[in-house]
Amino acid sequence: MRNVWAVAQRELRSYFLSPLAYVVIALFLALSGYLFALILSSGREASLRGLVQNVSVLYLFIIPAISMRLLSEEQHTGTVELLLTNPVQEWEIVTGKFLASIMLVLVMLGFTLLFPAFLFIFGSPDRGPMITGYVGIILQAAAFLSIGLWASSLTKNQIVAYIVSFAVLLVFWLSDNLGQFLGGTIGQIVSYTSVNSHFQSFPQGVIQSNDVIYYLTLVIAGIVLSTLSLQSRRYR
Amino acid sequence: MIRVEHLTKNYGPRVAVADITFDVGQGEVLGFLGPNGAGKTTTMRILTGYLPPSGGRAEVEGFDVATQSLQARAKIGYLPETVPLYSDMSVRSYLDFMGKIKAVKDRRREVDRAMEKARIANRAGDQIGKLSKGLRQRVGLAQALLGDPPVLILDEPTSGLDPKQIIEVRHLIKSLGGEHTVILSTHILPEVAATCSRIVIISNGRVVAEDTPENLDRRLKGAESIALTVRGPRDQVTKVLKGVPHVTSVLADADGMAPANGLGSFTVQSAVGADIREALASAVVSGGFGLMELKPAHLSLEEIFLQLTTNDTAEEES
Repeated sequence: MRNVWAVAQRELRSYFLSPLAYVVIALFLALSGYLFALILSSGREASLRGLVQNVSVLYLFIIPAISMRLLSEEQHTGTVELLLTNPVQEWEIVTGKFLASIMLVLVMLGFTLLFPAFLFIFGSPDRGPMITGYVGIILQAAAFLSIGLWASSLTKNQIVAYIVSFAVLLVFWLSDNLGQFLGGTIGQIVSYTSVNSHFQSFPQGVIQSNDVIYYLTLVIAGIVLSTLSLQSRRYR
Repeated sequence: MIRVEHLTKNYGPRVAVADITFDVGQGEVLGFLGPNGAGKTTTMRILTGYLPPSGGRAEVEGFDVATQSLQARAKIGYLPETVPLYSDMSVRSYLDFMGKIKAVKDRRREVDRAMEKARIANRAGDQIGKLSKGLRQRVGLAQALLGDPPVLILDEPTSGLDPKQIIEVRHLIKSLGGEHTVILSTHILPEVAATCSRIVIISNGRVVAEDTPENLDRRLKGAESIALTVRGPRDQVTKVLKGVPHVTSVLADADGMAPANGLGSFTVQSAVGADIREALASAVVSGGFGLMELKPAHLSLEEIFLQLTTNDTAEEES
């Protein structure tokens, strides 16, 4: 665990030493602020439901930018050799990287607490759906990051990592439409993999265990696949 | 202690390392010598646990590098060939991070000690990305020295350094011997002569020679040879030199340089153990020629190396 934390700390610091973290956070806040204002002024409803339901669209573009460098940069500069010739294991590196990226997202989401703060100042919103909404977008971010982490383990090139994770996320994002189009049992299975269908109940104030399990499964799958991909150098 | 037995590594059908066996004793500095692509880096990567061997085994401080990788890795300080550094970190924070990963005790003091030893202490606060190649190499070296590991594996530690820095690093490596067991890879020959107590020469993934620098020198020469520069007609001088007892062969213009001002250079080989320098001198003088220079000719390590590594390819091709 000590190694996991050391890797996470270094990575987090590295995020804030580069302009990337600031650019990504600024972009996310600008876009989500715009969405919040737009939805609020048209709906005139003191809730975050509209915003929370649309965060996944922003994630599609923002999350790959956060995850793209995680493992590809280490492979590009050769620092992964340095880590793996010390008493550090692949899963420790991968988990540390994941933790750093989720912490960055938490910082990013922390700024958005300004939106509910406004609602509380000027109205009397329902607290429950807001909290579950945040749980939902944190879980979703974790799942997206984990997929992005896996994409960045496949290549030394950050651009390629971005595009691969964007493409994979897009598939997960569109799969409920695809499922409806296919119909039948296969359609149902395809729909079940959709990140959106598992998100519906969070903004309504409901946390369903199968939704939570779905997102955590994606997180674990991403971490396991990234670990295997780092280990694969041994078989090449 | 490092023990390598019948180590083999294939990358698909390509054999990178073929049945390498050697030992490095406690406190010894071993020079791992070979042309680029001979399998040096692959061997080092196997020893450091980065790559698994395809066959054979290797042990570091009694731990098998394949099955007890973590324990073995904890005993090794490794400087990879392309010194991998996090360029956005400062020297101190980088070393601090590496110290954490190596589970170094009393980390702050240990980082100071390593920086002192690699002579990078005055740049502790500098961002690594802004350092010159030579300074980065030292940061890498400081990283390898962290925690005072019993085994040091240095892959081309002097590449990219200027001559003054090269000499400094060689002194440092030499001073590490005794306390640490060191493997040092290089394709630069004077380096091993200057720093190593033993040399393993590999070519095409095979060990072609293993000995001390002095023995290697002696063994490969097989005969004493003496270089002369003489003023006089080449044929006549050759004839006179051949007349001296114990002389086995005389080569005119052996160094390949065109004779100038009527001077000719000759290389005389004689049986081992016979010192024929005096006899040669008097033969030349009494023959009426001008003796300009007479010195023992050493087949340099460079020549031995070329001889060994090119012979090897010639054998394989035939």
